Amino acid sequence: MNGIPMEHGLLLSVVLFVLGLTGVLVRRNLIMILMSLEVMLNATGLAFIVAGSRWGQADGQIMFLLILTLAAAEVGVGLGLVLQIFRRFHTLDADSLNGMKG
Amino acid sequence: MIELLGWVPLFPFLGFLILILAGERLSKPLIAWVGVGSVAASALLAALIGAEFLNGTMQPYRLVLGVWMEVDDLSIPFGFYLDALTVTMLFVVTGVGFLIHVYAAGFMDDDPGYARFFAYINLFVSAMLVLVLADNLVLLYLGWEGVGLGSYLLIGFWYEDPNNGYAARKAFVMTRVGDTALLVGLFLLFTQLHTFDIQLLMLRATSQWTSGSLLPVAAAALLLGGALGKSAQLPLQSWLPDAMAGPTPVSALIHAATMVTAGVYLIARTHALFIMAPSVQFAVAGIGATTLLMAGCSALVQTDIKRILAYSTISQIGYMFLALGVGAWSSAIFHLLTHAFFKALLFLAAGAVIFCFHHEHNIFKMGGLRKAMPLAFWSFMIGSAALSALPFTSGFYSKHEILLAVFDASPGLWAAGCLGAIITGIYSFRLIFVVFFGRKCPVTKARVGWQMSVPLILLGALALLGGTLKIPLDSVFPVLFNHDHTFDLVSVVTALAPFVGLLIAVLFYLTHTFSAQRLAGSGLANQMRIFCFNGWGIDALYGALVVRPFKSIAKLNKNDAVDGIYVAIALLSRVGCSRVSASQTGRIRWYASSVALGAVVIIAIGWLS
Repeated sequence: MNGIPMEHGLLLSVVLFVLGLTGVLVRRNLIMILMSLEVMLNATGLAFIVAGSRWGQADGQIMFLLILTLAAAEVGVGLGLVLQIFRRFHTLDADSLNGMKG
Repeated sequence: MIELLGWVPLFPFLGFLILILAGERLSKPLIAWVGVGSVAASALLAALIGAEFLNGTMQPYRLVLGVWMEVDDLSIPFGFYLDALTVTMLFVVTGVGFLIHVYAAGFMDDDPGYARFFAYINLFVSAMLVLVLADNLVLLYLGWEGVGLGSYLLIGFWYEDPNNGYAARKAFVMTRVGDTALLVGLFLLFTQLHTFDIQLLMLRATSQWTSGSLLPVAAAALLLGGALGKSAQLPLQSWLPDAMAGPTPVSALIHAATMVTAGVYLIARTHALFIMAPSVQFAVAGIGATTLLMAGCSALVQTDIKRILAYSTISQIGYMFLALGVGAWSSAIFHLLTHAFFKALLFLAAGAVIFCFHHEHNIFKMGGLRKAMPLAFWSFMIGSAALSALPFTSGFYSKHEILLAVFDASPGLWAAGCLGAIITGIYSFRLIFVVFFGRKCPVTKARVGWQMSVPLILLGALALLGGTLKIPLDSVFPVLFNHDHTFDLVSVVTALAPFVGLLIAVLFYLTHTFSAQRLAGSGLANQMRIFCFNGWGIDALYGALVVRPFKSIAKLNKNDAVDGIYVAIALLSRVGCSRVSASQTGRIRWYASSVALGAVVIIAIGWLS
């Protein structure tokens, strides 16, 4: 692990995070949005790992484990919601699901 | 008997309560019994108390019914005070009031507001009795305002006509102007002398203040302001002619016999204060003389039978003020007494005429009533004779006394009074000659009921013989030093003045030797006639000075400038709400980008700072 400089790891994590954020903002399909969210979560996890290895401490990996469980739970709830939404509205277009506008 | 003094104002008040609460459900005779009976009980009680008082030692009697309010060193009781002045006023208010109530029972017979009428008029009598009985100025002020309220309700009694409501408001607002002055005077007296009790107040005023200094002058001037408003004297007199919008018994009761004399009573009651302020006392005389001439001239040219009488009331109260101003206190009260008799008689007789003409007021549409209505004719004859002070009528004794006392004080004012007496003679007999002589007009219903004729007969007797009543007011007022004027020139001139007026009236309106139309038909004379007809332009003056500026300010501020702040706040929140709620698009990607943007901004702030 020592071969890879911290900057490279963090840069990769930033690139992944921005990719994920872009996916969330531009995709209209709810499933694609969920997937992009996963990418963002994993980018964050990567940043923790890189930082943990830079300081040589286990805290970063512990945080990653936390994020992993969080992501699993999120996907479970998110997919459940997606199923319900599809059943009720017969669409997964995030923009057409705007019934709660002010 | 005298311990029952508290019941005198209480009887009419109970009558008011019964009629206002249950009046609509009572039958008409029962209403009349309650309304008239309460005042009759009060009059009977007042007569018994008065007899006991006059036959006794005539020591002032004080009755305290309880404490009205008590704060720190201020204590105001429900206290009544009885002396010769109060007894005289009680006789006037309850006696004349009772006769007018009996008359009203007949006059108002076909009116749907029968119960309401008697409720109001009972309230009025009750308030007037509180006014004359009060032993402190605050209780007097309660009666004073109660009288104002009663007159407002009664002038606007036929409220379906907006003009009547306007007249009622005018009377109320104009007397309020005086009332405010009175109230300020009350405060001034209390802050300086620390009591409201009238007798104690007079005692402290004479012992603590020096005559003619600023404080007694200011206090007397403020009390005079109140008296001017209530008694319809210059410059607050213009409400009284308009107040004739009310039913005729109301005009007789309020605007002749009782309410308008409240100002005279107030000045007589606080005469010690006015003696200490000679400049104000002289102003009282000056105002009285001016008012009696102005009102007399206005009465000369009116065509409405009630307005003629209204202006003559103002004029006669001018005589009372004149008497007060020269210190002839008891003469003023004596004239108040006789005036109550003959003016009530005149109003009630006018009411009978109006009643038989189906509410026609214009005297030139009447005529030749002498044979058709002998009772009204003779009532008018007696009333007008007393009004213009022909010898041996009641008005002669009182007015003669006043004018002789005025001559001793100031011959100039006496001349004004004599000129006023001539004018009085002209207008009172002009009225009689136009209405009862001349061309005959068909009368629709010539019969009046006994309720209306009996009071006329009794008041006629009083107006004729009331001058022989001797009221012992010397125990209340300082005795005026009188020159003996028996059969000297002044006395003869004073007695002859009304005959001059009578003669002029005969020449113009009975024999038509001269034509009034030709005299006042054109040019300057006609303009003067119109000027007098409109009450010397006082209404126009107030319209220009007060009413119109007030109206234009009200129009400017129609949307309420102060309210603008709150309207702006409401508008701002409404606009803000619509702007902010527009940001809630319901699109999840929009929310996500807002969150991202917010995060970027916050990080940027953290980075840059």
